[in-house]
Amino acid sequence: MKLYRDLTIRQKQIAWAWGFLAIPVLFYGVIRFYPTGNAILISFQDWNLLGERTWTGLDNYTKLFSDPIFWKVFKNTFVYLLLGTPVSLVISFVIAYHLDKTRFMHGFLRMLYFLPFMTSAVAMAWVWRWFYQPVPIGLFNNFLASLGIPQINFLNSTTNALPSILAPAVWAGLGFQIIIFMAGLRAIPKSYYEAARIDGVSTWTVLWEITLPLLKPTIVFIVVFSSIGFLRIFDHVFNMTTQNPGGPLNSTKPLVLMIYQTAFSSFDMGYAAAQTVVLFLVLLVVSLLQLRILKDR
Amino acid sequence: MKINRLKALALASATSVAALVGSVANAVEIEYWQYFFDARVKAMEQLIENFEAANPDITVKMTHFPYADYRTKVAAAIPAGEGPDVVQLFYGWLNDYVQAELIQPLPADVFPAEKIDAEFFPMVQAMKDGDQYWALPTAVRSLALFYNERLLEEAGVEPPTTLDELMAAAAAMTKRDGAGNITQVGMTAGMTAQDHHWWREGLVRQMGGEPYADDYHTVNYNTEAGLKALEFYTNMFMGEDPVTAIGFMDEPQAAFKAGLAGMHIDGSFRIGALDKQRGLKWGVTELPATADGTRSNYSSYWVNAVTTKAEGEKYDAAVKFMDYVTSDEAMQIWLDVVGELPAKPSVGMTEANASNPVYGPFIRGLEYANTTKFADESGQRQLMVEMVERMQLEGMSAADSLAVAAEAEQKLLDEYYTK
Repeated sequence: MKLYRDLTIRQKQIAWAWGFLAIPVLFYGVIRFYPTGNAILISFQDWNLLGERTWTGLDNYTKLFSDPIFWKVFKNTFVYLLLGTPVSLVISFVIAYHLDKTRFMHGFLRMLYFLPFMTSAVAMAWVWRWFYQPVPIGLFNNFLASLGIPQINFLNSTTNALPSILAPAVWAGLGFQIIIFMAGLRAIPKSYYEAARIDGVSTWTVLWEITLPLLKPTIVFIVVFSSIGFLRIFDHVFNMTTQNPGGPLNSTKPLVLMIYQTAFSSFDMGYAAAQTVVLFLVLLVVSLLQLRILKDR
Repeated sequence: MKINRLKALALASATSVAALVGSVANAVEIEYWQYFFDARVKAMEQLIENFEAANPDITVKMTHFPYADYRTKVAAAIPAGEGPDVVQLFYGWLNDYVQAELIQPLPADVFPAEKIDAEFFPMVQAMKDGDQYWALPTAVRSLALFYNERLLEEAGVEPPTTLDELMAAAAAMTKRDGAGNITQVGMTAGMTAQDHHWWREGLVRQMGGEPYADDYHTVNYNTEAGLKALEFYTNMFMGEDPVTAIGFMDEPQAAFKAGLAGMHIDGSFRIGALDKQRGLKWGVTELPATADGTRSNYSSYWVNAVTTKAEGEKYDAAVKFMDYVTSDEAMQIWLDVVGELPAKPSVGMTEANASNPVYGPFIRGLEYANTTKFADESGQRQLMVEMVERMQLEGMSAADSLAVAAEAEQKLLDEYYTK
């Protein structure tokens, strides 16, 4: 106690600050940093979960970079990102832009768009999986068949499967992005629009010169947020292809699913950890790049 | 007199209390772990009850959890001195468990190797190392051909006994809509289900091949026989008049359950689920033979083993428990409750069991069954799935696709066995 009394006010403040910080620091240390460090360590080892861990140096990494499946999966992950982010961005902006102007049943419509975001991804993935089935149970193909159009292989196809899985994933994230966009739109001062109207500017110019530039922070936030989401896509893919995860022929497999399979069905923890480290680096680079763009404004 | 009687009473009650306390103090509690599957848990509860009745000084505590967490939990618990004394594991995991020193060999005096060799189905010998067994199964599984009686009758065909009859029956039961889409399959197909076992240990051997050599360390199906087997299999859905479609009704067993598939190859563990299906009239027969009568089947099993955690009196109790769960009585209970087949011919091949219309075909199948020694079952299955997909989705020839699969599987085996 005497020790504490002898401290200066500034030192006391520091002591208190660290006292309060202790819990989150401990939490982060044990829950975040320790496992992260451990994963990096395991990536240099060979471990099947049961036996001893043995040191293998860079073996896991050399195996990874010469594994054609890894590169395929790496590509898929970026296809999810580069297809998913712009598509969901454009759709959610268009919907938010028009929804903002709609007064009729505004709240109800907004609820309808937000609903998929609140639905469990697993349930949604299974419903869509059944939509995509061939006749006689698939909704889409039954419809096509009733029109006499040959059925489409949605999931059992190396070209159609990825977009088919991406579609519900985009749809599921839409609600959230629309809400954020609408908040962004509301935050733009009305006076700009009034000035534009007085000047007699076209709607197109208003959109291009006022709305979009002022929405930039919102757009950057949504891009960062949804990119991380698409880079980590797992539940939609896993649930829509459970018997043949990431199939057919790895055409839908994202990195996270490959990690999961390596770790928990092949029990090759070292190799899985190496993949995790690569994913971590990818996420880090993408986030840093996007933060740089954010600072630009 | 009265006092004496009181004394006697007091003495008697004191001794009985002491006896009670004593017996409690002597009681050994051992732990048994298995993964959760309703029928297996029920059967084990029944076995534990019988075992405890026969051995009042031992209690068995069963713990079960979802299959997905099973391996992780066992691996974490045993080295920490927690967890099971007797543990259930898939036969394919034995190597990993032995190497990690999670289990100990069964004592030769209670489980003499010659006796087990003579009494159990030969595939159980995969659990033997020298003159000691590491683990033993209560039950084994094999494959058979399920058929939908109504569809068979409607098409006017009999349950097939040969591969040619299989194709003919399947063709008779296949239905299409106006656009040519299949709306009812004659036969289900999908390497993701049990078909990869049927292909490996059934078709390849029936075509005269040997899927693996060197005690399953070397892939040996990239041969004439392997090619014939693959062509037979893919012809079912890629031939001129396909009798099935991959992914029909999402998964094979769903199509059969829904009554939209004429025939379906599956394991004995499917019986329970089919029994519960209202309105489905089904029967089961042995896997079809070739024209010259060659048959082959696949079998697999889960085993029980004593862990390295069990020591002293717990070890003795664990051995007693192992002895009971591999007894004839336990095997019959397991068959009746779970539907898995007894691991000893003497129990399985009884008149009543072998002629049972439901279990019979599976039990007869055990006689000519082989057990694949997997290094990574799901990984190896995936290669079979992709072998078919390359042909169907990328137009690769059967021979090329077979070669790619063989090479990939060899690589997987090499990596596993050189560790």
